[in-house]
Amino acid sequence: MLRKLFKFHGGVKPQTNKTESTTQPIAQVPLPDRLVIPLHQAVGGHPRPLVAPGDKVFKGQRIGGADGSLSSAVHASTSGIVHDVVPALMPHTSGLTTLSVIIEPDGEDRWGELDKVNYRRTPPDELRDFLRDAGVVGLGGAVFPSYAKLKPGKEGRLKTLVINGAECEPFITCDDLLMRERAADMLKGIVAMRHMLQAEEVLIGIEDNKPEAVAAVQAAIAASGQSGIEAVAIPTRYPAGGAKQLIRVLTGIEVPHGRRSTDFGVQCFNVGTAYSIYEALELGRPLISRVVTVAGNVDRPRNYEVLIGTPMDHVVRQSGARPDSDRYIMGGPMMGVRLPAFGVPVVKATNCILVGSPALFPPPPPEMPCIRCGECAKACPADLAPFEMYWFSRSKNFGKAQEYHLFDCIECGCCSFVCPSHIPLVDYFRFSKSEIWARERDKEASDAARDRFEFKNFRQEREKQEKAEKLAAKAAATREKVAAEGQAGTTSAAAETPDVAAKPAAPSAEDTKRALIAAAMEKARQQKAQVAPKNTEQLSTETQADIAAIEARRAAAATPPTPDA
Amino acid sequence: MINSPFVRKPASVQQVMLQVLLALVPGIAAYVWFFGAGILVQIALASAAALAGEAAMLAIRGKPKALFLGDLSAIVTAWLIALTFPPIVPWWLTVTATLLAIVVVKQLYGGLGQNPFNPAMAAFCLMIVAYPALMSQWPAAGQLDFSSQLQLIFGGARQVDAITGATPLDALRTALRAATNPDSQLHGLRASQLMDGPAYGMLGGKGGEWVALGFLLGGLWLLQRRIITWHIPGAFCLALAASAGLLWAIRPEGFASPVFHLASGGAMLGAFFILTDPVSGATTLRGKLLFAAGAGVLTFVIRAFGAYPDGVAFATLLMNLCVPLIDMNTQAPVFGHKKD
Repeated sequence: MLRKLFKFHGGVKPQTNKTESTTQPIAQVPLPDRLVIPLHQAVGGHPRPLVAPGDKVFKGQRIGGADGSLSSAVHASTSGIVHDVVPALMPHTSGLTTLSVIIEPDGEDRWGELDKVNYRRTPPDELRDFLRDAGVVGLGGAVFPSYAKLKPGKEGRLKTLVINGAECEPFITCDDLLMRERAADMLKGIVAMRHMLQAEEVLIGIEDNKPEAVAAVQAAIAASGQSGIEAVAIPTRYPAGGAKQLIRVLTGIEVPHGRRSTDFGVQCFNVGTAYSIYEALELGRPLISRVVTVAGNVDRPRNYEVLIGTPMDHVVRQSGARPDSDRYIMGGPMMGVRLPAFGVPVVKATNCILVGSPALFPPPPPEMPCIRCGECAKACPADLAPFEMYWFSRSKNFGKAQEYHLFDCIECGCCSFVCPSHIPLVDYFRFSKSEIWARERDKEASDAARDRFEFKNFRQEREKQEKAEKLAAKAAATREKVAAEGQAGTTSAAAETPDVAAKPAAPSAEDTKRALIAAAMEKARQQKAQVAPKNTEQLSTETQADIAAIEARRAAAATPPTPDA
Repeated sequence: MINSPFVRKPASVQQVMLQVLLALVPGIAAYVWFFGAGILVQIALASAAALAGEAAMLAIRGKPKALFLGDLSAIVTAWLIALTFPPIVPWWLTVTATLLAIVVVKQLYGGLGQNPFNPAMAAFCLMIVAYPALMSQWPAAGQLDFSSQLQLIFGGARQVDAITGATPLDALRTALRAATNPDSQLHGLRASQLMDGPAYGMLGGKGGEWVALGFLLGGLWLLQRRIITWHIPGAFCLALAASAGLLWAIRPEGFASPVFHLASGGAMLGAFFILTDPVSGATTLRGKLLFAAGAGVLTFVIRAFGAYPDGVAFATLLMNLCVPLIDMNTQAPVFGHKKD
């Protein structure tokens, strides 16, 4: 069964360094003294904390509730006491903090009550809610909430479900080991996803430098008796594990930037995600741990099953970091992010802790000018011309950079990898993208401010006009009234005292003025009285608490969103 | 260095340039074999001038000297100048040309990677306009020994017209033009008959064809090393051969054969070493084809109808001018936007 495979343009072949960490099976890590579980771990809204300091939590208990239309829940990874809910340093280059739940384990590692679900008898909407509350997100690194992707396209069914076991980044072997050891259970997760997506066929793409994983998955497929599921060995070439590149290799389809792959009848999930879907649906276990590779400058590179929230240095200690280690990188050497500290927690996006040293990852030679050799364009898997985008990024000609498809760049690092002038091309593109986003935000803000200002002017003008009209009308009315009264008064007075009737108009001008002033003062008093009472006073304490909560959430939402790893 | 990627391919500008220099060696060896060691003196002169000019400009511009002198790009320019100029031009001409190439054409435009024109070819064009006589005196193969070459390069008096002549390319064109003249004694002779002299070899000029073969070999090695792609040499040779072949087929008595054009003058050097200069050349695949094909046709037109002995240099500069336009209009569709 030779399947026709397709090629994507470019790509590179860095040294893979994968064998060292695959000699031993996946190991457990002893419970750390403290778990720091960030509430915001996935793409989408910030989950809100459901626990307070001092609370006792069970393993698997929800501690962060999904918030908004795209968000995913977060759970306690072990049983223990909530020590605090505070902002803590997150595993990201920026060195920013994020609201985290700090748990002191009680050592019992006791599960709470677990709900299982029969996915064949549950309506898709409920299944998606279940997976959202189980905190299942993409474990390939993008950490996109999986429930949001488990919707078939407009036709209600999918042509191809692609499962990503390519794992093209050097050093990382967590998916390899997961496929070797847990293929059968992973397959159960795949079958469930196939059911939800009504997918015709399932293709599991694995780079051909992982023959054991390919064999294990093929054996699991054969044992399960499922048809229409195939494990396909694909040529080893970075970045074959990029979702778009893998879809291209397996189906020949190129999903353009900004389009949904389901529009093309394809959806792609990581093998680790498939396994956590199995755990959620069949065991009722939310996503509280994942397989993490520890590699690089360590004595015993290995894969570990790590509880989310475990400090990274605690995990690395199991592998024995060498003394000259100077940094941790989350992910691989091509796309990984350098971490601001050793003690940041393992999160759902942590597929690998790569321990670096100056010897292992030496600083690049000095940057030279671009000689337009085109090596970067040859290596670009998105068919871009990086040297042109570099030129425009450098000169801050962002419009031109976008014309050359800056936003189609997947930041895989191939261009920087091959550049003979050692130009950090990807950095230039990251810079341009963030500048463009910042400008768009500024523009939106200033547009909104201008609209607000213009509307305010318009409103003030309108109110002034309305007021003037109203006043004029009122003045006219009062004048008429006073005039009529004056007339009536004079006639009655004339009846009583005929001698006054001789000078009827004399007091009327003064009276009219006085009446106008009295009317105006009366109106002002009434307005004052109207302004005083407010609907926020005399509220029940309940309503007041609600309002405070809403205000707090609004304040939290107003803080800038943290970029995703 | 804070951001990914943390690993890099061991590649550098210096390595690229070094391989280009190595690829020139077979052609230089053939040159020395047939025309004497004078060319080595010219190469040394040009290299020294290039390094001196580059160092001075880097100092003035406040750029790191060791880094940019070590990238070897100036040496590549120097070697190309020496290899395209007649081997017996006086030393001051080589030095002036090289300084013009490095100081004006390269450094004044911003140095490495910034020059819109190929420095060596710009220098060639400037010199052939300024010193047409000196730039047209080519010794025949084996004609001059090393000491007389040295004398010509460093000595003052130049009475060489008697012993040197035009390039075979130039000579054949002159002869072909004469052949159309009823008063000439060459009247009615065909190119193949005109090429029956001692200056001609099997394909092109005697000796010169072997030098061209040496450059072809070096160029193929660069292709194999993936320093260059086939697009530029392929399109250039094809366009040159096609345009030469077309007129040759129509009027064989008036034009040289396409093989003669490929084997003579700077065709091979141009195809593999000059037009392939990434800085001043087109960069997209379709752009490279257009760029090189244009240069091929222009080379033939200048050779056949122009006043200069060879057309590669002018063709290169003219096509360098078109590069921004070509690149802008030949951008390939990106991932997901292809029509297939």
